[in-house]
Amino acid sequence: MSWVTKTLSSSLGRKLLMGVTGLSLIAFLLVHCGINACIFFNDGGETFNKAAEFMGTNWLIRTAEIGLFLGLIVHIVDGLLLWKSNNEKRPVKYAVNGAANSTWYSRSMGLLGTLLLIFLVIHLRHFWVVSRFTDEITSGKETLFGEMKEVFENPVPVVIYVLGCISLAYHLLHGFQSSFQSLGWNHPKYTPFIKSVGTGFAIIIPLIFAAMPIAMYLGIIK
Amino acid sequence: MEGNMNLTLKVWRQKNSNSEGRFETYDVKGISEDMSFLEMFDVLNERLITEGTEPVAFDHDCREGICGMCSMYINGQPHGPNRGVTTCQLHMRSFKNGDTITVEPWRAKAFPVIKDLAVNRSSFDRIISAGGFVSVNTGNAQDANALPIAKPDADEAFMAAACIGCGACVAACKNASAMLFTSAKISQLALLPQGQAERSIRAEKMVAQMDEEGFGACTNTGACEAECPKGISLENIARMNREYFSAVLTSK
Repeated sequence: MSWVTKTLSSSLGRKLLMGVTGLSLIAFLLVHCGINACIFFNDGGETFNKAAEFMGTNWLIRTAEIGLFLGLIVHIVDGLLLWKSNNEKRPVKYAVNGAANSTWYSRSMGLLGTLLLIFLVIHLRHFWVVSRFTDEITSGKETLFGEMKEVFENPVPVVIYVLGCISLAYHLLHGFQSSFQSLGWNHPKYTPFIKSVGTGFAIIIPLIFAAMPIAMYLGIIK
Repeated sequence: MEGNMNLTLKVWRQKNSNSEGRFETYDVKGISEDMSFLEMFDVLNERLITEGTEPVAFDHDCREGICGMCSMYINGQPHGPNRGVTTCQLHMRSFKNGDTITVEPWRAKAFPVIKDLAVNRSSFDRIISAGGFVSVNTGNAQDANALPIAKPDADEAFMAAACIGCGACVAACKNASAMLFTSAKISQLALLPQGQAERSIRAEKMVAQMDEEGFGACTNTGACEAECPKGISLENIARMNREYFSAVLTSK
């Protein structure tokens, strides 16, 4: 085994991978949220469609998309493997679990991540597959904004998306600050700042995301 | 020492590492609230011996919170309900008359049960042997002031060195991870000039040994820090991460 694979397959290396890929996904969320928030201009999706077209056609963005998916796959696979191997480290479980010594969401990252994965499959099927693998949008028959309106006419996807946003919020609430710790970045000067930014990010971003299907369903955005 | 507390104890009994264990229920009477938790077990064991049955095996040594031997998982918490104390420093006044108390051994793949509540923590010794030491030439001890160390550095190293290696961090962690322990042992030496000579190989070797022993990975829940009787900080784990990654990037 080379020193690189040996390091990355160690317990610390695998956490580093989770942290680095997690941070890149956080950066993606910021961009994704910013682009999608264009629907709040309430201009019939004009600004949003322009932004979406730029994201879909710019070669730099398309290249970054490949990196995003690679990072996402590493985050999912490494996360599931860590979940499995960590579970095996206590073959006989405790009979009594006492007073909480940590937050429930920090102990449930595997579960929250799995919920997010299920949501992601539904979400990609709704929009990404349509825009990349059909000619509905490129042919001008349909716009991404129109697609959003169509999906969120139905209350079922709206509920699924809101639940997805709640899972995302709790996943980020632990994941944001945890990724810095895994990178070794814990310092009295920066950690309080990282923690407050992380908490703000974990609340605000999913809140904006959740507002989109709700606003569309209620007809606030036309 | 006589008291008026009557308690029901549910204690994990296991003959040896190969046998199946089970909970046994004991009624203990006349316990004083000034007794330590271990003294309460002494009372139970005295009675079991007079009755001609096998006493409960549990680890203990100094009974003043510095040796790191006592290791009981009491009502779902390592070292019981109080923060910053070991089981020997836990007093019966922390419980109420009539309480039912469940006592389990540390549970971890890397800490197999030897008997009843006693677990084998030699995996910790092997992590220390892998790199948690400094090599010095024998001879006369050198002057204490020959190596100037800033007070804050000395304090920080001492805070890490306060780890008694009891294993409560592993017991508390949902992944049975030994990172708080290993990181404290790496930190106490990395922060001092005496630890610099072996600094680059120490983290690499100790982390490799920790993984080999079958401890889990860290998910930064902070349960270890919350349950640690010596208040070892999570900052040590971040330091270990830095030490480890800079070591693997530069070692030859």
